Amino acid sequence: MKAGSFEWHPARSADEAVALLAEYAPQDGRVIAGGQSLVPSMALRLAFPAHLIDINGVEEFSRVRVEAGELVVGACVRHAAFHQPVEPGPLGRLLSRVVHDIAHWPIRQRGTFCGSLANADPASEWCLVAATLGARMVARSVRGTRVIEAADWFHGIMTTALADDELLAEVRIPLLPTGSRAGFYEFSRRAGDYALAMALVAWRDDGGRMREGRIGTGSIEVQPRRIATAEALLDGRPASAEAFAEAAAAVSAAVDPLEDFHTSAGYRRDLIGTAVRRAFEQAGD
Amino acid sequence: MSAHGPSSLKPGERHNGDANPRRRFVGQSVTRLEDPPLVTGRGTYVGNLNFPHQLHMRVVRSTWAHAIIRSIDVSAALAHPGCRGVWTGADVADIPPITFRPTSVKGLEPYRQYILARDRVRYVGEPIAVVFAEDPYVAEDLADLVTMDAEPLPVILSADAPPGEFAPGLSTEAVVMRKAFGDIEAALRDACKVVEVDVRVGRHSGVPMENRGALARIDHSRDVLECYGQGKRPHAHRDAVAALIGRSPASMHFYEGHIGGGFGVRGEIYPEDVLTCLAAQRFDRPVKWVEDRRENLLACNHSREQHHVVRGAFDRDGRLLGIDAKLWHDQGAYVRTHGARVPDMAMGTLIGTYHVPAYRTVGYIRMTHKTPAATYRSPGRFESTYACERLMDAAAEAFGLSRIEIRRRNLIPKDAYPYARAMDILDHPVELDSGDFAGLLDKALVHMGWEQMQAEVAARRAGGECVGLGMGFFMEKSGLGPVDGAKVTVDTRGKVQVITGASSIGQGVETVMAQIAADALGVEYRDVKVIHGRTDLLEYGIGSHASRATVMTGGATRMAALNVRRKALEFAARHMVEAPVELLDIVEGQVVRVDRPGEPGIPLGKVAAALAPSPETVAFGNPGLTAEGWFETAGMTHPYGIHTALVKVDPETGQVKVERFHVAYDIGCAINPMLVEGQIVGGVAQGLGGALYEEFVYDERGEPLSVTFADYLMPTIGEMPTVDVLLTEDAPSPNNALGMKGAGEAGITGVGAAIAAAIDDAIGIPNAITRLPVTPQRLKALLQEQRAGRT
Repeated sequence: MKAGSFEWHPARSADEAVALLAEYAPQDGRVIAGGQSLVPSMALRLAFPAHLIDINGVEEFSRVRVEAGELVVGACVRHAAFHQPVEPGPLGRLLSRVVHDIAHWPIRQRGTFCGSLANADPASEWCLVAATLGARMVARSVRGTRVIEAADWFHGIMTTALADDELLAEVRIPLLPTGSRAGFYEFSRRAGDYALAMALVAWRDDGGRMREGRIGTGSIEVQPRRIATAEALLDGRPASAEAFAEAAAAVSAAVDPLEDFHTSAGYRRDLIGTAVRRAFEQAGD
Repeated sequence: MSAHGPSSLKPGERHNGDANPRRRFVGQSVTRLEDPPLVTGRGTYVGNLNFPHQLHMRVVRSTWAHAIIRSIDVSAALAHPGCRGVWTGADVADIPPITFRPTSVKGLEPYRQYILARDRVRYVGEPIAVVFAEDPYVAEDLADLVTMDAEPLPVILSADAPPGEFAPGLSTEAVVMRKAFGDIEAALRDACKVVEVDVRVGRHSGVPMENRGALARIDHSRDVLECYGQGKRPHAHRDAVAALIGRSPASMHFYEGHIGGGFGVRGEIYPEDVLTCLAAQRFDRPVKWVEDRRENLLACNHSREQHHVVRGAFDRDGRLLGIDAKLWHDQGAYVRTHGARVPDMAMGTLIGTYHVPAYRTVGYIRMTHKTPAATYRSPGRFESTYACERLMDAAAEAFGLSRIEIRRRNLIPKDAYPYARAMDILDHPVELDSGDFAGLLDKALVHMGWEQMQAEVAARRAGGECVGLGMGFFMEKSGLGPVDGAKVTVDTRGKVQVITGASSIGQGVETVMAQIAADALGVEYRDVKVIHGRTDLLEYGIGSHASRATVMTGGATRMAALNVRRKALEFAARHMVEAPVELLDIVEGQVVRVDRPGEPGIPLGKVAAALAPSPETVAFGNPGLTAEGWFETAGMTHPYGIHTALVKVDPETGQVKVERFHVAYDIGCAINPMLVEGQIVGGVAQGLGGALYEEFVYDERGEPLSVTFADYLMPTIGEMPTVDVLLTEDAPSPNNALGMKGAGEAGITGVGAAIAAAIDDAIGIPNAITRLPVTPQRLKALLQEQRAGRT
């Protein structure tokens, strides 16, 4: 568990970071921020980057702000930043609920929100948030800046639309409108483990009826996604146990669960239904 | 968690004709002496130690579960500029396979492991080569350059599977063991009911916080090969490693330093330890090896994997007439230092606390293509207690008796001691020294509020919760003898040094020995320094294993301290005080006259100074305020206990939450109740791991899937329930003066049994749990089967 040799390139500005990336990406260069996934895989010698472009010293990347109805999360914003709501609305409260299920306290002090999006682990809580709430990923390179919609971002297990020379500079999440309710539930073997199933739900309360319902699943398939057939069951209905159960059943029916040696597809299908229902039951404003 | 002091003895009241009845420190929860360096970053773990010019060794491990080695290519590694050497099996062909401890079990020799694989590899993780470099990173680079060409062979991954070929002409069934007494056929024939359980324990093990490591070098000033990092049994292992690498034992010394957890696995003789010592000898340079966590999970001893089929023959009142048991033991790829001790203990202790007139057990000890297995805290007993207690729960169901009542009817009565069983465990005849099982059960039920707990469970069930209670009754064995020694010396400042052959693996051995020595000698326990784990300071020592240190080393320490006390008093009486020895005592480190209270005493340091070599002290006997002491035990001690769990099951996910855990334990005499409780709570945590979380899983090709802490799930503080400990001293051992019994394994032995029973109770399906660990997926499948059966 000792990493192979690599060269370390600290960047002090976003421009320098993308310039270094342009230079070293073709030579097996990688960006490192919190390193909570990359460093263990280097230690296990599953990853052998020849160059690491370290963006921890780029000050503008550490900022989180609200801008034009979106929460903008910079490339080096740590998970721990979300322990308290980062904005006063329902989104800030939702994210501070979700963050407590991300690994353990020490990991949350170092790991980053954008790092999770770039890593695109199927069991990432932030990826589920991005997919369900329709976040937009801002990719920078020496070639310019482009914005990638959540629907186009995920390309399967730990694969994204980001090009080798691009850096995920920030993620923009639309704020939840006033009157929104949102809930999150994940199931894992132990506190802090990777989830075996997780669900995020959100809707706008319209005089007791559900509108603009969103149901997202994570840790079930190769990437997080919304389940349109289940969302369609919500529109205009009261937030009731019956509606939640129907939506949960629709999710279970719609997913194509991953299987591994520990966890069968059938068990996961069952779990996601439970997770969706509990996410609804625990939803708050 | 709450502490409960010894309940049955009043302060100052003791048993067993003690020569020195004063008790100032024994029995008190005094704070640990060993902690200051540990909590201030001054530990001497092997990873902290370095010598100039040392080489770093890295092991290249097989990625094949079973294969014939065609060739190992080391050329790329040798060509690397940082390479200082590469060895394969051919380079260590002169080193015999690693020995196991003496045993009467025949036929295990062909299954021993060579320090580097020869013609075949038999598990993923088996050492096939070692590389040496100046830098541990380069060593790891070199290891990646070594490749093996091999011809795969079929793998056997279960002790239940038909045996195959270990080597040409040699079966993977290494040995079939048998123990029996009484007429089991008659018991089965005469039984009113024969109850059978078929249960399995998964493969898991002790996973110490500190990985294995060794640092060896030759000290040319003494021509001694020194090895740092060995715990558990330094003397025995020094002798064994010396024999393997061709040195005399006197030219080799092991130093233990600090050890980050032992649990039976750390400190065994592994190929890597021998390789490190051999390399120091061959390179004549210090050689350091520290494994990483992945290696630890791949190559350190695994344990526990057993399949038990147990049949109980009961009369019409639910009393046992006999038990007929079979055991399939997954030994893994090789027989390591423990030989067949684990299945031996499982077979020998299965009938536990019960009076069983007839017993027959057959153990099939089978080799598989997985990491070799050996002892882990409560070896054999965690497994057999689980099997036996599953049987008792099944019998309760079959007879319509409560789970308490079926046990009460079968416990060995307290007037039956010494209680012999006509069989051997580890080549020792079984004789239980003392016990009051029913008495402990009564106390435990009152202490934990069993009635209220049952009412609470009933109320919560009525409210829709899935909660249940379960119990595991167990008997331990401790104080494995037969003999241990210690040396006690008082210096001229009155400070006391105790040199023991024990090992400190975190259990508090320094503190406990200091308490015992302080009371025997009459000094403050903080003035006692305890040395352990050094083969150069004491010629013999049997380390720390099998819950033996307090009983055996404690017995020896007490004898040595009493000898020093006698010497001090006799010398003082003759040369320093004008008084007969009967009028002298040692109080708080001073020799005082008992007939003249208040008169200033003579500090022990002055007595030590007066005992410096001189014609007078030579004439007295021998100089120095120092003495050895030897302790011989009349037999093993048998502490016992009851584990009780309250669990809540989430029927939708299959998740089990342990809400409360209760341990009642009779220890005979608790030297330091706080340390006993610490041992117990730690043991419970490990037991919960084996019952609910930890499992070494292999795929169908023999590829291990649990090689990081993301896949091998140890319980964390988040999964730990409140643990309530009741310590009693109702059955002191007659085998030593203080009545001591061991504590090391008390917390773990009954956990699997209690958790399985509690889950059964929570889900309302008798005999449901037949396999540990109970993972959420397995429990969910059980619940779905039940639902399918009902509709």
